[in-house]
Amino acid sequence: MSGTFLGMPAAPPRGSGNLRGAESFPAAARTELANTQMRRNVGKATRTIRDKRVQVTGELPDWEQLRSAGAAIKRDVLSRLPELLEQFEQAVIARGGQVHWARDAAEANAIVTRLVKDTGADEALKVKSMATQEIGLNEHLATEGITAIETDLAELIVQLGEDRPSHILVPAIHRNRSEIREIFLRSMPGVDPDLDDDPTHLADAARRFLRERFVRARVAISGANFGVAETGTLSVVESEGNGRMCLTMPQTLITVMGLEKLIPTYADLEVFLQLLPRSSTGERMNPYTSMWTGVAPHDGPSEFHLVLLDNGRTATLADEVGREALHCIRCSACLNVCPVYERTGGHAYGSTYPGPIGAVLTPQLAGMDTGGSDPNSSLPYASSLCGACFDACPVKIDIPSLLVELRHQHVEEAHFSAEQLMMKAASAAMSTSGRWTAAQRAAQLGRLLGRGGRIRTLPPPGNAWTSARDLPVPPKQTFRQWWDSSEGRAAIDDAHREGGRR
Amino acid sequence: MNARDTVLSRVHDALAIAPPPAVRVPREYRRDRELPAEQKRELLVDRLEDYRATVHQCVAADAATTIAAALGDATRIGIPAALDRGWVAEFGGEVLVDSADIPAARLDELDGVVTGSAVACAETGTIFLDGFSDRGRRALTLVPDLHVCVVALSSVVAGVPEAVARLEPTRPTTLISGPSATSDIELDRVEGVHGPRTLHVVLVLDS
Ligand code: SF4
Repeated sequence: MSGTFLGMPAAPPRGSGNLRGAESFPAAARTELANTQMRRNVGKATRTIRDKRVQVTGELPDWEQLRSAGAAIKRDVLSRLPELLEQFEQAVIARGGQVHWARDAAEANAIVTRLVKDTGADEALKVKSMATQEIGLNEHLATEGITAIETDLAELIVQLGEDRPSHILVPAIHRNRSEIREIFLRSMPGVDPDLDDDPTHLADAARRFLRERFVRARVAISGANFGVAETGTLSVVESEGNGRMCLTMPQTLITVMGLEKLIPTYADLEVFLQLLPRSSTGERMNPYTSMWTGVAPHDGPSEFHLVLLDNGRTATLADEVGREALHCIRCSACLNVCPVYERTGGHAYGSTYPGPIGAVLTPQLAGMDTGGSDPNSSLPYASSLCGACFDACPVKIDIPSLLVELRHQHVEEAHFSAEQLMMKAASAAMSTSGRWTAAQRAAQLGRLLGRGGRIRTLPPPGNAWTSARDLPVPPKQTFRQWWDSSEGRAAIDDAHREGGRR
Repeated sequence: MNARDTVLSRVHDALAIAPPPAVRVPREYRRDRELPAEQKRELLVDRLEDYRATVHQCVAADAATTIAAALGDATRIGIPAALDRGWVAEFGGEVLVDSADIPAARLDELDGVVTGSAVACAETGTIFLDGFSDRGRRALTLVPDLHVCVVALSSVVAGVPEAVARLEPTRPTTLISGPSATSDIELDRVEGVHGPRTLHVVLVLDS
C-alpha cells in the first residue's frame, strides 16, 4: 500500500454536510407531531411496507442464514478495508473508469463540480442517492451555476416542492396526491394545466417532463448500493427506470459512493440482492437493478468517474462498537418498525439519515462535539430501545446497543453525568420526609415553566433530562396536601366504602 | 498527502485503534439448487404475473407467431443485431436493427423492442439482460414503451445465487422484475414511469 502507516494512530476526523439539524430532536419532533397529515401518511406507509416485508421474508426458509451471511460479509469488509479498497480501485481503473478520493463533503462536492464542468454541461441528471444528499451536492452545484435535476419521482416532488425528504425509501411520503398536484402545477415547467391528482397522471407528467432531459443528457450523477472489490462492479437498485436512464444515456457518469458500500466478491451479490429488496420495499425483487463495471464499449457512458467518500466513515470505523453501523445497506426496514419514527417522521432527525439507523449513524459520522447544545447529541435518546429495529435489520445491526453506547459516550464527553447528578439529588431528597416535602413544593415551581401540561426545559442539571424528553408537570398540590384536604378525605372515605361492600 | 493516501491511512489508523477480529462468513443459505423444469416454469410464471408482466408460453416452432401477437399493434420495433430473425418473421411492421451509433432520440420513436435474455430467476421472477448477443445494449430495452423478452425455459434457474453464478461480471447487466413501477404517491403502485410500461415475456418451453 502507498499510504504508509507511521507511528501512533490518530483518530480520523468527523464528517461534514447535511448531518446535523438546526434544533434538537425533541424540539423538532414537537413541531412534526403537530402535523397530523404527515403523521397519517407516514403511519400508513410504514404499516403497509412493514406487513409486506414480513410476508416476503417469511417466504424464504433461509432468511436467518442470509442475514447472518450479510452481517458477516460486512464485518469482513470492514476488517479488510484497506486491501479491498485498493483492489476495488484497481479493478475500476482496469475497466476504463477513473477513481477519485474525497476526505469530506467539501472535497467530494469540488470533485463532482469539476467533473461536470469538464463536460461543458450546466445541467446534471441525478439518481436518488443518500451520499450526495449527505454532502449537500445539489446545493453546492447550484452555487456553481449547475442545475441538478432529481429524476426519482419522490425526489423530484421533494425538489420541486423545495422540501426535505422524510423517508429513506419513499422520500415524499409526507405529501398526498393533491399536494403533489399543486407542486407540479406550480413548479414543473411545461406541465399540463388541467393535470388532476390521479397518481397515474402525476407519474405520467413526471415521465414527460424528464423524458426529453434523459434523451439530451450529457452527464448524470448517481450513488451506489454496492461496489464489488474483486471486479470493480457497481450496482444501483431501483424501481422506476430513472436509474437505468441516468446510468446509460449520458456520455459521462459520475458515481459517489461511501467507502463502506464495498462487498468483497461478485458472488456476494447473491446475498444482498435477496436481503435488500425484501427488507426495503417488501418485494421479492425490485423492478430494476443495474450493474456495470467501468466503461462498456458501445453501451452506455464513454466516461465513468467514481468518487470514494470518507466524510466521517473512518472516524466511525475507529469505534469498535459503533462501526457496526457501517454495515447498513439503507433498506429502511428499521424506520418502518420504529414507534418513534412512525410518530415524528423523518424531518425531526435533522439529518440525511433518519430513524433508528440515523440516530446512530449521524452522531458517529458528524460527532456530538459541541456538548449539550449539539442537536446530534439528542439523537441517541430519540428511541424507546424497544428492539424492533434490531429484529428487522437484514444485516443484524444491533441498533439498541449502539444507541446505549452512544448515550454512554455522550455522557462521558460531557465530563460529568447530568443524569447521575439528577439521580443523586433525587435520592438525597427522598431520604427524609422533610426534604421530600420541600422538594415536592419546589417542584410545583415547574408549573411556571410548563405550557400545555408539559415542562419544556428544566434548569441545569435537569436540562440534560428534559432535553430529550418531556416531564409531566407536577400536580398543583403535593400528595400530602391533597391527603389533608377535604377533597382528599372525601375520596378516601369513598374508597373505604367501596372496599367495605366487597 | 493526497486525498487517496490520507483516506487509506485513516482506514489503517481506525483499524489500529480498534483491531477487528478475522471473520468467517457462514454460507448456510440455499445455493446450487436444482429444481425440476416444471416447478421452475410454474414458479417463474407466478412471479412474473404477480409483477403484472404478461406471460406467453409456447414451443420454439410457435415463437414467431407468439411474439407477433405479443407485439400487438406496434408498428415500429427495434431488435439487437444478433437476434434470431426468425423470431420477428411474423411481425408485419418496420424493424430497426440496433447498432451503437443509433441515437436515443431514434429509439424513442420505436413502439417496442424484442430481445432475448441471459438467465431468469424463478423464485423472484427476475430476468437478467447482459448486453451480449441477442440481449441488446441497455438503451434498447429501456427507451421504447413495450419490451417483448424471450426466455428459454432451459435458462431458468431456481434462485438468486444460481442466477448470479451464471453472470459475466464485466458485462453491463440489467435485472428486470416486471415493468417499470413506482409507489411514491401515497404508496399506490403505478406501472411505467421511465422504463417500458409493458413487459411481455415469451417463455419458450422446449429450447
Ligand atoms: S440499519 Fe439495518 S434495517 Fe436500518 S436501514 Fe440499515 S440495513 Fe436497513
